[in-house]
Amino acid sequence: MRGRGRGLREASDGRTVGPSDRKGKVLLLDLAHARSGDKGDTANVGLIARKPEYYAHLVKHVTAARVARHFKGMITGPVERFELPNLRALNFLLHGALDGGGTISLKTDAQGKVFSTALLRMMVEVPR
Amino acid sequence: MTQTVRIAAGQGFWGDWLEAPVRQVTGGPVDYLMMDYLAEVTMSIMQKQKSRDPLLGYAKDFVPLMERILPTLAQRGIKVTTNAGGVNPRACAEAVAALARRLGLAGKLTIGVVSGDDLLGRLDDLLARGHGLKNLDTGRPLGDVRDRVQSANAYLGAAPVVEALGRGADIVITGRVTDTGLTLGPMMHAFGWRRDAWDLLAAGTVAGHTIECGAQCTGGNCLVDWERVPDLANVGYPIVEARPDGSFDVTKHPGTGGRVTVAGVTEQLVYEMGDPRAYITPDCVADFTTIQLTQVGKDRVRFAGIKGRSATDKLKVSIAYGYGYKAVGTLVYAWPDAYAKARRADQVLRRRLADLGLEFEAIVTEFVGVDATHGRLASAAGVPVDLPEVQLRVGVRARELAPVERFTREIAPLILNGPPSVTGFAGGRPKPEEIVAYWPALIDKREVQPCVDVVAV
Repeated sequence: MRGRGRGLREASDGRTVGPSDRKGKVLLLDLAHARSGDKGDTANVGLIARKPEYYAHLVKHVTAARVARHFKGMITGPVERFELPNLRALNFLLHGALDGGGTISLKTDAQGKVFSTALLRMMVEVPR
Repeated sequence: MTQTVRIAAGQGFWGDWLEAPVRQVTGGPVDYLMMDYLAEVTMSIMQKQKSRDPLLGYAKDFVPLMERILPTLAQRGIKVTTNAGGVNPRACAEAVAALARRLGLAGKLTIGVVSGDDLLGRLDDLLARGHGLKNLDTGRPLGDVRDRVQSANAYLGAAPVVEALGRGADIVITGRVTDTGLTLGPMMHAFGWRRDAWDLLAAGTVAGHTIECGAQCTGGNCLVDWERVPDLANVGYPIVEARPDGSFDVTKHPGTGGRVTVAGVTEQLVYEMGDPRAYITPDCVADFTTIQLTQVGKDRVRFAGIKGRSATDKLKVSIAYGYGYKAVGTLVYAWPDAYAKARRADQVLRRRLADLGLEFEAIVTEFVGVDATHGRLASAAGVPVDLPEVQLRVGVRARELAPVERFTREIAPLILNGPPSVTGFAGGRPKPEEIVAYWPALIDKREVQPCVDVVAV
């Protein structure tokens, strides 16, 4: 269990689903998992629905525009989104995310390895 | 026709677990051992080594590794595909041949060498003939950095690997062959797949992508349900069980740790992904939106339905050039007020750098424990006031060495003349590091002729 405090509840599959906040939102981490990597100065984040029924919800709510807002000030370029319904996954390209990328970057996460978890901090609507 | 071929991944990068390939060839039946050693900047490191010694320029670890497993490979008839050859596959092959003779395997081993990827000596000719080798990300012509280029290699595909296997090679040592080509090659060879069987080539490419990062598809670096991945200490590396129709299973040896699940494999599929409908290799264009995954057994995921399109008429070229210099300094500040002290130290440091008139292309400050990985997102709800410690991490970058060198002397003084409660400097002064940057480009395929040599030991 991740100790995020307030009123954790058990999901039907036994996973712990975090609390929704006052606006009826949950942490994206509760709906999806993710992995990220790099291509030059672009980080990619592959976002994967934890349950098949969450995929359409992610398509609707985790838009490229919303991801761009989430990372505002942290990336210098646009955000692209691709859909992989067969894998129940979305792929985001975050351009200008890595201070030049690869060997040029001075960042701890020069290769964008944990950008994935930064996306999972997003608060999204609770699926019905 | 061969019904199944088992291809085991032994290395996901140069520096991966040394025990993995040994366990892959002794832990159960496999037909091929695939080992990927090359990352984008690896080639420039190898080019430097070769310029100092013409017998170097390849992944040196590969030879002692082969010393451990060659007898097993020979005894079990396991073949090897690897890009350990770097910028000097011939020297790598000769080192392995010498080793094989020492181990009494003379007359029992054939080594294939794939080269033709190295374009460094041809750059001026290519530029003169109108190949701009423009940077794929920025659009700039290579002329901008031509005098600082340290290596230039085209990515070759599976075709020369297939040729080497077809000519009887037991061990195929290549230069810059794509990671995926090392897995697709054995499948094309074993099943006689045509060079224009795009769906089959796409399937082999997806298989290669899935296992090219080693344990990253068998439970390593796996976020979903990570607490319950069993026995990572003993993690099994992936094995592709390929069939002639292009379907394949990803699994691992029985009795090993880790986990092969649809969710975990999916994480690897989206790793370093661009447009999923167009995963471009020298061999084909694979469509990742056609992959169908099924959990068909414990630690066994089946891949089917994969579609591909014809290869493009271009090859990607990986060029490395000298960009400048960088250095990173760190100090650790302790409670109380750890974060405030680290921030103050950063302000003092930046003021001193400015007062010295040092010019940097970038100065990046991170507070490890507060914002290094998630930036402002991590502190959106406020920074805890009672952090036990915070690491100040400051990096600088410049085109010239001198300002970077001077920066490295400004960290240690802060221990005595900056904010209090500071430690963690036992490593000494940070070292300036040359930045060798990556310049991706395209070239017409007909300009690059892969070269395959096969020699009996």
